[in-house]
Amino acid sequence: MRSNLVEINNIKKSYFRGGQIIEVLRNINLGVPEGGFTVLMGPSGSGKSTLLNLIAGIDKPDSGSLKISGLDITGLDEGELAEWRSGNIGFIFQFYNLMPVLTARQNVELPLLLSGLPAKSRRLRAEFVLEVVGLQDRLHHYPNELSGGQQQRVAIARAVVSDPTLIVADEPTGDLDKQSAKDILNLLHRLNLEAGKTIVMVTHDINATHAAQKVVNLDKGELVDERTTDH
Amino acid sequence: MIFILRTAFNNAFRHWVRTCLTILGLTVAILAFGLLQTVITAWYSKAASASTARLVTRNATSLIFDLPIHYKEQISGIQGIGEVAFAQWFGGVFKDPKNFFPQFAVSKNYLKVFPDFILNEDDQLAWIKERRGAIVGRQLADRFDFKVGDKIPLQGTLYPGNWEFIISGIYEGSDATKVTDRMFFHWDYLNSRLAGMPANPLLKPNTVGVFISTIELPEFAARVSDLIDYSFENSNAPTFTETEQAFQLGFVAMSDQIIEAIRTVSYVIVFIILAVMANTMSMSVRERTREFATMKALGFKPNFLTALILSESILIAIIGGSIAVILTPPSAKAFQLATDSIFPIFLVSQQTVILQIISSITVGILAGVFPSLQVYRVRVVDGLRAIS
Ligand SMILES: Nc1ncnc2c1ncn2[C@@H]1O[C@H](COP(=O)(O)OP(=O)(O)OP(=O)(O)O)[C@@H](O)[C@H]1O
Ligand SMILES: [Mg+2]
Repeated sequence: MRSNLVEINNIKKSYFRGGQIIEVLRNINLGVPEGGFTVLMGPSGSGKSTLLNLIAGIDKPDSGSLKISGLDITGLDEGELAEWRSGNIGFIFQFYNLMPVLTARQNVELPLLLSGLPAKSRRLRAEFVLEVVGLQDRLHHYPNELSGGQQQRVAIARAVVSDPTLIVADEPTGDLDKQSAKDILNLLHRLNLEAGKTIVMVTHDINATHAAQKVVNLDKGELVDERTTDH
Repeated sequence: MIFILRTAFNNAFRHWVRTCLTILGLTVAILAFGLLQTVITAWYSKAASASTARLVTRNATSLIFDLPIHYKEQISGIQGIGEVAFAQWFGGVFKDPKNFFPQFAVSKNYLKVFPDFILNEDDQLAWIKERRGAIVGRQLADRFDFKVGDKIPLQGTLYPGNWEFIISGIYEGSDATKVTDRMFFHWDYLNSRLAGMPANPLLKPNTVGVFISTIELPEFAARVSDLIDYSFENSNAPTFTETEQAFQLGFVAMSDQIIEAIRTVSYVIVFIILAVMANTMSMSVRERTREFATMKALGFKPNFLTALILSESILIAIIGGSIAVILTPPSAKAFQLATDSIFPIFLVSQQTVILQIISSITVGILAGVFPSLQVYRVRVVDGLRAIS
């Protein structure tokens, strides 16, 4: 059994909308193994994205603790969280969220602007990562000149370029055709196996569970099932 | 830094039609602002170029009443006074009343008091010799295409009859700010014709409108003015003396309210374009909410995003403002021609250009502030859910 990179204890989260409180997450306890591929599943509205956002430090729980590499991020303020995210989290979104005015290479370089690396190393590193995801001949293309699958690969390159401790992906294949979805899953799987990246992914895609070491099921804000499959 | 500027530039021209329209609006507004400011400058330019080293003495009751010519000797005798010249408003019509230009009957030493007007020596001598001789300023000569030797017929208004003058010379301004739209002719000629006319209490011979004297020490202008007025205090035509600048400002002051209105309008125009541009910027920033939220998620702080938005809006403002600054002088020229030279001096001053630049940049900054606050406030999770 590996040690946990993320330790979630008794987390609660509710939203206040239209004069009424909606409980989105109730008493979540969960560990995310270091170097593992964890998949969050569950029906729509069950709170998967909310949980992922909490782990990624872009949202805060109402109570409970959330430790990543031993640091409880619920105690950090906005500015500290931003800095922490830039060093520790790689984001992959359903709709890629690339900057349309930047080329593939510039998009991948974006997180490195916060790293203090000189321009030349930033460029080389971005080019290297784009090569890893198989887009070495698309460096100077803008997002609207790329297919959905290619855009998502640029986004994956952007997520790994600063070598984060944890990669979070919210339905990364949700907007893709079958083949592209398969390619993206393979790529994430490879990143996990070959580069040892810890990945937490929200998905509806049952195929994704084949790559996963841990599958967590949420329903109505509660953790209903948790399976570890050792490959 | 390079990243911010490049991205700001790319962002600015994402919707290039919208951006070009914004730039066009800004250009028009800053241009209009510049022209209105130039109108104000032109209005005051006569007074601004008027001297504080010359005194103007007029009838204390009103400018419409004259002073006896023999005051000249008395004024000359006062301590601190240099040369004393005099002038009388003529007010003739050249062919058509809309051709208005100022004409003065003046003393022979008039140009000695006004070194601002430069006439070569030959022409000066020719003028002195010609009884009906007149000199015209360069701007006036250009307006009606007057040449030396031309005969100018004037229909008298205050002074009845038909008058004809011969141009003896064309004087130049000592620099570009000098107004040279006037015609001067000999007071002696006016006076001699007046003497031959039937007696009229309003048109007495041997009178002048104003005496203009140079003073040796401008810092004693007030003191010398008092001395002049004091010496005529108990005569039947008491005088009022002030510096030439104060005298000219007195004319301008009559239209002070109009000037203030023009000034206000010029700033209102800038304010309107600010509102328009702030709205456009908010709109384009709102469309990009998800992008900004993504950048925030990646760890970019609000300050960085603010720099991005401000650079974009200042860039647009500077482009629009620069085009306006470049277009202002030719537009001013066109405006001057179109308005039939009501403003003989219509030059865009350096101060106007600086005001144009400052207002463009201010518009750019303020227009970027509101959308920056928007981005500052939006929470990452909410921003990420925004549809683009
Ligand atoms: N910012 C918010 N304000 C109000 N309610 C929210 C907010 N974010 C999420 N919710 C609510 O929380 C619940 C869980 O949302 P969440 O996005 O986590 O679900 P999900 O499991 O990711 O669903 P899906 O599979 O459709 O993406 C939903 O009922 C949603 O309406
Ligand atoms: Mg979701």
